[in-house]
Amino acid sequence: MTEVSVAKEDVAATGDLVVLKSVNKHFGALHVLQDIDLTIARGEVVVVIGPSGSGKSTLCRTINRLESIDSGAITIDGKPLPDEGRELARLRADVGMVFQSFNLFAHKTVLENVMLGQVKVRKADKKQAEEKARALLDRVGVGTQADKYPAQLSGGQQQRVAIARALAMDPKVMLFDEPTSALDPEMINEVLEVMQQLARDGMTMIVVTHEMGFARSAANRVVFMADGRIVEQSAPDQFFSNPRSDRAKDFLSKILHH
Amino acid sequence: MFDFLEGYDLLGAFWTTVQLTLLSAVGSLIWGTLLAAMRVGPVPLMRGFATAYVNIVRNIPLTVIILFSSLGLYSTLNITMGSEVVKTSNFRLAVLGLMLYTAAFVCEALRSGINTVPVGQAEAARALGLNFTQVLGLVVLPQAFRAAVGPLTNVLIALTKNTTVAAAIGVAEAAYLMKEMVENEAQLVLISAIIAVGFCCLTLPTGLFLGWVAKKVAVKR
Repeated sequence: MTEVSVAKEDVAATGDLVVLKSVNKHFGALHVLQDIDLTIARGEVVVVIGPSGSGKSTLCRTINRLESIDSGAITIDGKPLPDEGRELARLRADVGMVFQSFNLFAHKTVLENVMLGQVKVRKADKKQAEEKARALLDRVGVGTQADKYPAQLSGGQQQRVAIARALAMDPKVMLFDEPTSALDPEMINEVLEVMQQLARDGMTMIVVTHEMGFARSAANRVVFMADGRIVEQSAPDQFFSNPRSDRAKDFLSKILHH
Repeated sequence: MFDFLEGYDLLGAFWTTVQLTLLSAVGSLIWGTLLAAMRVGPVPLMRGFATAYVNIVRNIPLTVIILFSSLGLYSTLNITMGSEVVKTSNFRLAVLGLMLYTAAFVCEALRSGINTVPVGQAEAARALGLNFTQVLGLVVLPQAFRAAVGPLTNVLIALTKNTTVAAAIGVAEAAYLMKEMVENEAQLVLISAIIAVGFCCLTLPTGLFLGWVAKKVAVKR
């Protein structure tokens, strides 16, 4: 059912890392993504916000083809997303993904979680993979937990491990699908801090979130989605102080004033 | 009281039972795992095959499968499983039949194990760039097996007792010996009791040990 057409003009200019062109997707009768056009430049941090059911998570998941699309085209670093198979696996390795529910491998230690992709996909040497994993775990502040199992960690710690696991692949772009939505309030900040540091380091990031504070402080651009469409996109200052569309005004009035 | 046992190779018969059980267990574990992999795999043809296999094989009485191994494969098609000796040939055909039958149940036990692994973990593995075989082999199956130890124990115990059907094609295991003794001796109750206790000696420790293993390897979530 998936048909990803590839036109010449879709090949991105050097600055554009992720390009979506008139992407459509249905879940049965529900038209969940409607003619989405979105271009993300190298090093850009794009925050996607919007009400539940607006298609933000689906948008995020189409970028590494965890969800297939019905029509349109998605290119990453100039290459169109291939069909399921070896090519797609290779491309996914370059796209880091962090999930709402962490999704750490429950039967492997924290360290093994971060090493797995390096060893099995990148074919890295075990010793080097371990060194890198430990360095990354230190970087996200869970270095001392390396030998524990995911279930022994708090939600915030698990999510930071998940970020380290994605970073271990040296991704070109990182996708965050509501990374703090499953966390207790006091653990949200430790995850956001790691993400902010990543943004400062120049990582290209697409972040689906309800954290408006993060959108304000770390985003280059805010994309507002509603009912499967991109309604509005602009710089965070402009979006939060002076939204243009009524839909965005309505959304912001509901979440900002209490 | 047990004098009549002289002249019968009780231990030898139970040893045959153990051999039948172990060989079929290993074979059905491998074949059942492959079937389970096919059932959750992305290829529609394989999914269809495995689903059809499980639904057909588990609904045929084992006796029919074992008799077919002997009468169909051996007598009609002359498939001897690499041995010209009838005794050996029958033993191997029995293992084959038991294996093909039990694999259907192993597949379903494993599939219930696979269902305990959160789908998000498979997605995370795919997002890292692992291919289907790696996702299954490195992330899903290791957790599925741990969750399936309990159900697989049931399958193994059932298999141990199912080996008695091999008597139907003349494999000299415990039930075959029992039939022989019942024909020749008068102590019917005692004979049945001895065979029953013998099977309990095989299956009870298996159940206790694997129950302990199941607890030990359980994945904490």
